[in-house]
Amino acid sequence: MESIVSWLTLLGFGDKGWGDELLRGALLSVEISISAYVVGLALGLAGALAKLSKRRTAVFVAVAYTTIIRSIPDILIIFLVYYTATDAVRSVVTFTGLASEFQINGFVAATLSLGIVQGGYSTEVLRGAIAAIPRGQAEAAYALGLTRRQTFFLVTLPQMIPLALPGLGNLWLVVLKESSLVSLIGFTELVLAGKMAAGATRDYFLFYCAIAFVFLVMSSLSATLFHALETSTANTGRHR
Amino acid sequence: MTEFGQCLASQLLAGIQTTVILFVGCALVGNLLAIPVALARLSAKAWLRYPAVAFILAFRGTPLLVQLYLCYFGVGQLLAGVPSIRYSPLWPMLRGAYCYAFLTLSLNTAAYCGEIWRGAIQSIPDGQHEAGQSLGLSKTRIMISVLLPQAFRLALPAIGGQNILLLKGTALASTITVFELMGAANLVRAQTFRVYEPLFAAALGYFLLAVLVTTGFGFFERRLARRY
Repeated sequence: MESIVSWLTLLGFGDKGWGDELLRGALLSVEISISAYVVGLALGLAGALAKLSKRRTAVFVAVAYTTIIRSIPDILIIFLVYYTATDAVRSVVTFTGLASEFQINGFVAATLSLGIVQGGYSTEVLRGAIAAIPRGQAEAAYALGLTRRQTFFLVTLPQMIPLALPGLGNLWLVVLKESSLVSLIGFTELVLAGKMAAGATRDYFLFYCAIAFVFLVMSSLSATLFHALETSTANTGRHR
Repeated sequence: MTEFGQCLASQLLAGIQTTVILFVGCALVGNLLAIPVALARLSAKAWLRYPAVAFILAFRGTPLLVQLYLCYFGVGQLLAGVPSIRYSPLWPMLRGAYCYAFLTLSLNTAAYCGEIWRGAIQSIPDGQHEAGQSLGLSKTRIMISVLLPQAFRLALPAIGGQNILLLKGTALASTITVFELMGAANLVRAQTFRVYEPLFAAALGYFLLAVLVTTGFGFFERRLARRY
């Protein structure tokens, strides 16, 4: 009984509890996941279009990108992007003489590195969705005199979204879980906040269970949400 | 070769050995455990099905990093609190991070692959099961001789992908002080303050290992496809 009370105090809000720190960490986790997801989708869309294009160099670059992302551990890519990006930005800033001491924003660095990893996964999902749309759709659009850009945004994109939705849901779950990795480059999201709390109170088991539980709730909620979205969009654009 | 190059090469070679051992061990145990997990998940008995559902949900719903932390720091702390374990001759083994990494990665693979197997078993047409029944085969026999071999062919591409993810997952074992390829690269980085050489060398190592695993699974897939 006493231990339960002390656990609740530790997880609660206020001076002695770490609840507010954990909550702030969870919010940052969600924020970083959303921004990395968006960055990843933009990169993925570019990658998918490059893979489906007729230009040899574009195809080569996109294939190299996805192959590297798929075969090298995410944490290694995150480290590499983090160091190269910070070094590059710092050298540019000091070269132009804007500032002598420059520190890249942790959120930006984390988003960028996570987004680049996510872009590789998104490429495959979006490529599959675009390729699943019959060629006749694009041909019909060209026959109607639409430009390539109009064809993509008005014809291909709206039709591919229901097709891509299951994959996009999976990608969101992946990025939500991968966001834990940015704790290793020193960004205080849920895992690092919990690690600090665990280190300070020496209640490792309690705090790691709490983190795992928060992640479980977040991923279950998103899975339910995406499932509802899938069922509500499943029939649009197909049965006409 | 310079002194730095030699130091880097020797550390990374030691690291890559640990990575390979960890990967092969976890792949074997994880993939073998996946089948009972899938069968329990599909079982009609509630006392078998619900634990399997909970197991899969817990391991697929949380990040691998948190699982490793929870297992190593959390469970390790609980075990250290029990005197009969703390002072047992097994303690030196239980204290090391290696067995926690091994356990977590194996269970993680078992959960993901179990879900793949479940999908594969469920996607086999009902007629196969009914044909087995009409031949008078027992339930176990139908599962072993009819359903599982066909499910294996369906599941193999996804299982190959999952094993690549396992290879990538072993890199996280460095966070709980297992000295594998990623850990070796981090050590050299911290000792020499050179960032790019160790990280790129480790990336190359993982890339080659991934190519090896992909080729192996591709070979296996072609062999299986040919037999029918």
